[in-house]
Parts: sequence; C-alpha cells; structure tokens
Amino acid sequence: MPDTMQAAWSPGEAEAAPVVLEVQELAVDFPSRRGVFRAVDGVDLVLRAGRTLAVVGESGSGKSVTARAILQILDQPGRIAAGRVLLHRHHTTKGAAASGGAEEVVELSAMPARSAAIRAIRGRDIAMIFQEPMSSLSPVHTIGAQIIEAIRLHDRLGKRAARERAIDLLRQVEIPRPETAVDRYTFEFSGGMRQRAMIAMALACNPSVLIADEPTTALDVTTQAEILDLIRRLQASHGMAVMLITHDMGVVAEMADEVAVMRHGQVVERGGILDVFERPQHDYTRMLLGAVRALDRPSPRRLAMRATKPPGAPILRLDALRKVFPSARRMFRPAAPPVVAVDDVTLDLHAGETLGIVGESGSGKTTLGRCVMGLFQGLGGRIEYVGRDGSRIDLLGMRESALRPLRREIRMVFQDPFASLNPRMTVEQIVGEPMLVNGTHRGAALQRRVAELLDMVGLPDSAMERYPHAFSGGQRQRIGIARAIALEPRVIVADEPTSALDVSLRSQVLDLLLDLQERLGLSFLFISHDIGVIRYFCDRVAVMYRGKVVEIGETEAVCTAPQHAYTRALLSAVPHPDPRHRGMTGRHRYTEGA
Amino acid sequence: MLLTFIVRRVLWTVPFLIAVSLVSFALIQAPPGDYLTSFAATLAASGDEVDQGRLEALRQRYGLDQPFLVQYWRWISGVLQGDFGISFEWQQPVSNLIWERMGLSVCLALGTLLFTWAVAFPVGIFSAVRKYSIGDYIATTFGFIGLATPNFLIALVLMYIGVVYFGADVSGLFSEEYQNAAWSWGKLLDLLAHLWIPVIILGTSSSASLIRIMRANLLDELHKPYVVTARAKGLSEFTLLMRYPVRLALNPFVSTIGWAFPQLISGAVITAFVLSLPTAGPLLLQALLAQDMYLAGAFILLLCSLTVIGMLVSDILLALIDPRVRYQ
Repeated sequence: MPDTMQAAWSPGEAEAAPVVLEVQELAVDFPSRRGVFRAVDGVDLVLRAGRTLAVVGESGSGKSVTARAILQILDQPGRIAAGRVLLHRHHTTKGAAASGGAEEVVELSAMPARSAAIRAIRGRDIAMIFQEPMSSLSPVHTIGAQIIEAIRLHDRLGKRAARERAIDLLRQVEIPRPETAVDRYTFEFSGGMRQRAMIAMALACNPSVLIADEPTTALDVTTQAEILDLIRRLQASHGMAVMLITHDMGVVAEMADEVAVMRHGQVVERGGILDVFERPQHDYTRMLLGAVRALDRPSPRRLAMRATKPPGAPILRLDALRKVFPSARRMFRPAAPPVVAVDDVTLDLHAGETLGIVGESGSGKTTLGRCVMGLFQGLGGRIEYVGRDGSRIDLLGMRESALRPLRREIRMVFQDPFASLNPRMTVEQIVGEPMLVNGTHRGAALQRRVAELLDMVGLPDSAMERYPHAFSGGQRQRIGIARAIALEPRVIVADEPTSALDVSLRSQVLDLLLDLQERLGLSFLFISHDIGVIRYFCDRVAVMYRGKVVEIGETEAVCTAPQHAYTRALLSAVPHPDPRHRGMTGRHRYTEGA
Repeated sequence: MLLTFIVRRVLWTVPFLIAVSLVSFALIQAPPGDYLTSFAATLAASGDEVDQGRLEALRQRYGLDQPFLVQYWRWISGVLQGDFGISFEWQQPVSNLIWERMGLSVCLALGTLLFTWAVAFPVGIFSAVRKYSIGDYIATTFGFIGLATPNFLIALVLMYIGVVYFGADVSGLFSEEYQNAAWSWGKLLDLLAHLWIPVIILGTSSSASLIRIMRANLLDELHKPYVVTARAKGLSEFTLLMRYPVRLALNPFVSTIGWAFPQLISGAVITAFVLSLPTAGPLLLQALLAQDMYLAGAFILLLCSLTVIGMLVSDILLALIDPRVRYQ
C-alpha cells in the first residue's frame, strides 16, 4: 500500500502535532546485592499524536526498560529512581472529550505501580505490544477471550457487545474469518497472525499511545512488512502516537518520523528521521548506520579475495536431495500428510566458495544444512563429496564407520551462541573436545592447539580457563567458530550464525569468517534469512521456498535482477535503511501459482 | 474437539482395565503354591492331620487345578456380575468383606485430597508470589518437616497427645456404639468426627510436597511474557495472578491426581494399622500374607481400576483447563 504510506509521512509537520506523552529525565534502577545498576539514565522522549518515534539501540541499551517504566510494569526489582512521565490527556481524543478541553496532565511516574489509577491508564490510554507473539499471549485462553477481557476492563460493555467489538477488531487487523477466529487458541495461529491478534488486543480501547516493543523481530521479512503496514495504517486511522522500539535501522527508516538512539541507558542522539539518517551527529549513530549499510552491499574484502583466489572445482554436490518427514500416525483419525522439507534440491558448493541459502522460516533451509551434516536418516538423492585426493564419495550410501573420517571435514556453526556451548565446560574443553574425541591431539599439544585456534578467532589465551557465561554473544560465537575449525575441515555449514548478534557485531563475525576462509581455504554453506548478510558475505545464493530451490545464482545478480517471482517478493519486503526509499519497491506477498 | 477427546480417552480405558485385571490376577497367582498349600502348612504347624484327599477335593471345588486362563476367566466373569469369589480365610463371599472397607478408604482418600488442596493451593501460591518472605520461609520449613516425617510417626505423636492431654478417642473411624451398627445420620456424624485425625496425618506430607510443586510451577510462570501482556492491559494483580499464571501452573498439578488416589489408599496402610482404621489397607496386607487369593485379587483389581479411572479423570480435567492437550 504505497499511497497510504506516503500520505502518512510528512516530516515538515512534526512540530505541529500535539504532544501526548512526555518522558523527562527518566532514570530506572535495578538494585542487586552487588549494588545498584542504572538501566535507564536521564532519558527524555516526546511522543506526538499521529507520529511515530523510533527508539533504536542494541541489546542492553535500556530501550525496553524505558517503555516498561512508562506503564510502570518494570520487572522486579526495577524501580523508577528519578524523572517524570507525563500523559497530556487533553491532547488525546478521548481525554479531550472527557475534560471538555480543559488541560489535564497526568503524572504516571507518581502513581504507585499497583494503584487503580495507573491500571486505568494501561490498556486504555497507553497500550503495548511485545516482541514474542508466541509467548506474549496466553496459550490456554482463546484469542477472543483475551481481547474481550481488555475491552471489558475499561469500557462498560455487555458480553455480547464486547464480543462484537472483538470480532470487529480482528477484522480491522485483517485476520481472515474473524467470526470463527475469535474462538480460536493462539497455538492455532501463525506468528504473523498472533501479532495481528496482539495488535487487535492493544487497540481494544482505542489507545492514544501505542508502544510497540520490537513488534516484528520474531517474524519473517514478508510478515514483518505486512505488520508494519498494518501498524502504520491503524495509526493513521486512529491518530495514535506510536513508540516503536527496534534494533533494526531498516525498520526505523521505514516507519519513523523521529528517532532517538539509545546506548547504555542514555539517549545519545535524537532528531527527525532525515536528519539522523543523513546527518548523524554521534559516533555511535554513525557506527550503527555504517554497520547496516555495509551489510547492504558485497564485502569489499570478499571481492578483493575472489580477484586473487577464485573458487575452485565443486567440493560438495547435492543431487536431487530429498527429505520427507513422515506424518505422525494418529489413532482413530486419518494420518496427516507427510511434510516434504527438502524437495529435490540440486546444487554444487565449490572449493573456497560461500554459498548462501536464503528463505523464510519453514522453507527447509535448516533441514538442508542438517542433511549435509548427516543428521538425518532416510534421505533421497545423492550427497557427493569430493575428497582431498579427488575421489568422489556418495555420503548417503556409506556405513557409519566409513563416514567418521569424513565427518571431520564437514563441520557446523550454530545459530544460538548461548545454547550451543555447554555451560559446564571451560572454553579449553569446548574447543578441544572434537580433537580429543577424534584423537588428533592430547595433553600439552592439545592445549597449544586450542590456544592457536583461539588466537585465530581473535580471543586471548586467558579465555581458556573460563566458562562460556563469562563471554558476550559475539565472543561466544567466536568460540563456536574455533570449535568448528578445530579439525581443519574443508566445508563449514553455518546455520544463521549472526542472527542472534547485534548489528555492530554481525559484520565483525562475518569478517572473521572471511578471514578464516582465506587462510584455511574453507567452503561455507551459509544459511540465513537476512538478505543483507547474504549479500555481504556470499558469492552465490540459493533461494528456497517450501523445500525447493527456486533460484540460484551469483548473489549480486539475484539481488539486483531476481528471476523468480518469490525472490522478487522476498526482496521487496526487506526494509532499506534509507528513509527516502520507504515502501518504494511496492511490496507484495508471493503466493504459489499466482 | 473436547467431546471426541473425552470419548477417545474413555474408550481407551477399556483395554487398559482388561490388561490391569489380567496383571492383577497374574500377580496374586505369582507366589509359589496356592491358598491350600499355606492352609496345609498352617495345619501341619499346629500338629493337625493333613488329609490329602480333602485338600484335593477343595482344590477341585475352587478350580485351583485348572490352567491359568481358565481360572482367570471364571474369576473375571464372576467379577463382572459383582461376585468376587469366596475368601478362603473368612469363609464368606469377598464382596461382603470389601465394599465397606473400600468405601471408607475412598472416603478417607477424598477427604485427604481435599484437605491437601485446601492447604497446598493458597500456601503454594503465597510462597511463590512472596518468594523469600517470612511467610515463604515458614511455609518452606513446615513443608520440609512434613515431607521428612513418616506418617505413622505423626500418627503416634498425635495419638499420644490426644489420649494423654485431651482424653480423646483417636483410633478407629467409629465410636464403639456405632462400630457394628447400620448406617444412620448419627453414624455418619461419628465418622466425620473421627475422620479428621487420619486426614491431617495423611495429608501433611502430601500437602507439603504439593506446596513445593505449586511454588516451583508458579515461579516458572510468573515471569512469562503473557503475564506482562496481561499487566499492560490494566488487570489488577490478583485477577491477573489467578487468571493467567495460576491457571497454567495447575497443569502439572492436575496430572498428578491420577496417581494421588491409589497412593493415598496403599500408602495409608501403616497409618491405618497404627490408628486401627477399618480401611482396605490392613485387610489387603493380611490377605496377601495368607495367600487368600480372591480377597487379595479383588483389592488389587479395585486399586488398579482406581488408578486407571484416576488417570482418566486427570486427563479429562487437563483437557478442560489446557486446550493444547486436546489437539495432540
């Protein structure tokens, strides 16, 4: 819907719109045994009717805490230590009608967190939506029950009238068949549908302010685009002030009228969207923008490397690879149809090359990676591996004992740097384990080798005796990479290795991988949902949709001149970190057969 | 969806009950010999002449020389008509012996279950919500003491206090005048007046463990994102607590109903001996010792059936409170 987007966006009027919510010098403390941690430190924010303020920052910047402090729903033991939160009710449509135009400023920060006064504000004047649509709705209540509860909490409506209103809200957020959807449970909905239901619930009492805390982070890009469109359209029709919390500069560029950049609990820069994007004042803002923009084009480093060292002959060939998950057998009922997770995928990975696999959740990209790792039984087709001596081996036809030496040559890097390292092992044990298991090193030699590997991934020797919890996300991912290269593999399957990292760390980890590729001659099978990362890092890319590879080719060619309609739809949904190009590509969802 | 779920679960109990009856029959047949060998041994021990011909006649009369399946078939078809066979030791139909005792056992178990819940729910919720408060520490201390003390010990202590300091009649479930009387309002009131002592004794340890379970479950749920969502809606803390986290914390709670029931009945045996309660436990033990197979079999079958039915009830309750269960 490009027209509504353009209509809703007019930076010139920013000062004219009335101020609805003000945050002044807000400070939030989290006392603990070791002293007081100040999560938010002197934050000023202004929200205007009908405008969107994006609060952007990396993890730990205090942006979510600020949002929760506004509604006084901080987690224990957090408390507001200083500052004020003011709601200008006479500037809201509802407040103006109630007070007859008389000035009415409510100081939210002065109300006790459990008081009836603040509860009357929550959900009625200020509503909030959250990051995880999966877990932010109750799994044991119907969607309708949760919306009706919100309606009846603040408005005197009978059950039937409230139900009608709930159905109407579901219609507004474009949930198909709202009359039946109202009686469904959350687990019957997809992530995008749940977020829509969440928005419907937030709109239940026509709030003047909507606080959206990372509303699209857990969603696929095409779903993200639809949800952002929806928020923008509802904002235009309801005249809400929106506070959009995000870490994604692309989303900021797409949505915001004003931007506040947060770091370590403080606002380091604020201003109109164009000012912040085109004339950033603070180094941190520049760094954030630089990191995002770097990921929107090929890594210069990779291009230089390819000029001197072009990829070689194929090292791994997938030929009509197929993985079907059989249906669950059910008693007294017909069996569900089997799921074809990987559907006749044929592709080559060349020596020293990075091949990206891109797709949305459920496209089969992770399953494909696991097939290559030999984690599944019962595969169709062939996985042909070209050994160091040039011999060709079909990995699928081999016995487990014969596969063992080959397993050393294909290793994996995982998505979650927190869950993929055993918290009870030291870094030395974690990195050394594959070598110990395969008997390649022991004793002092093992220790030397671990130190060497840690050095390669940019960690000091002193890391060896420490446990994973002592490291940040980016450092943990480096530990995972050190473990993956320990056995001198030739192929590395990397499943979303950067998606759990902040944007400033992403390019660092990708650069490290490029560095290792050059030094060790690695080939990467790089699985990601993030087009920016793929474009930066991958030589070629395969686009997966419902288990099939719909398009494969040079990354730049695929990104600039996509051939398949699905690729075009996927690319159109990616928000660009440039506010002047918002919604320009005219996004659309790809439907098979259309 | 709910209805099909319930129908499916009810149908499933039928094969389970059959299997359970087979196993219980096999169990009572498992010890070497039969009632007559132990009868003969008792006679021999007391110096009486053992008449082999008479034993053989008895064995034929009771069908003890038949193969296992034939015996099982005769037994189970009788059970279906309400005839549990003859107790060798008491020389009267089993059904005369068991019903009153089973009834009292179930009565005691239900009373204990209600008591347990009435104590464990509020205390468990309180100690989760006010974690590390004085009240939580008191509840936790009580809980650990209750868990660590054997029931029969509590029974002895209570009996001592009751008799010495209050002169109360603490043993049994009835006063003397109602012992063998027919059921009447007076007898019922008398039962209730006696019931509370074993209920407290038996309920202490299970409410202690339920408090711990409730506390742990609720602590897991209290910080889930849906609780924050509900708070952001403007719900009051109490409504929110009851409607969301407590409701989800009930899940593991409800699934334990199934085995809470038979556990209460069989676990109460020692306490029942100490308090000389006329419940099923002591009679079952005696029947097992004497290889009084039809009596023991009837008890075991009823206990197993109670387990199966308890499981059915907890499954249905679970489906009622958690819609996700219905769809799997």
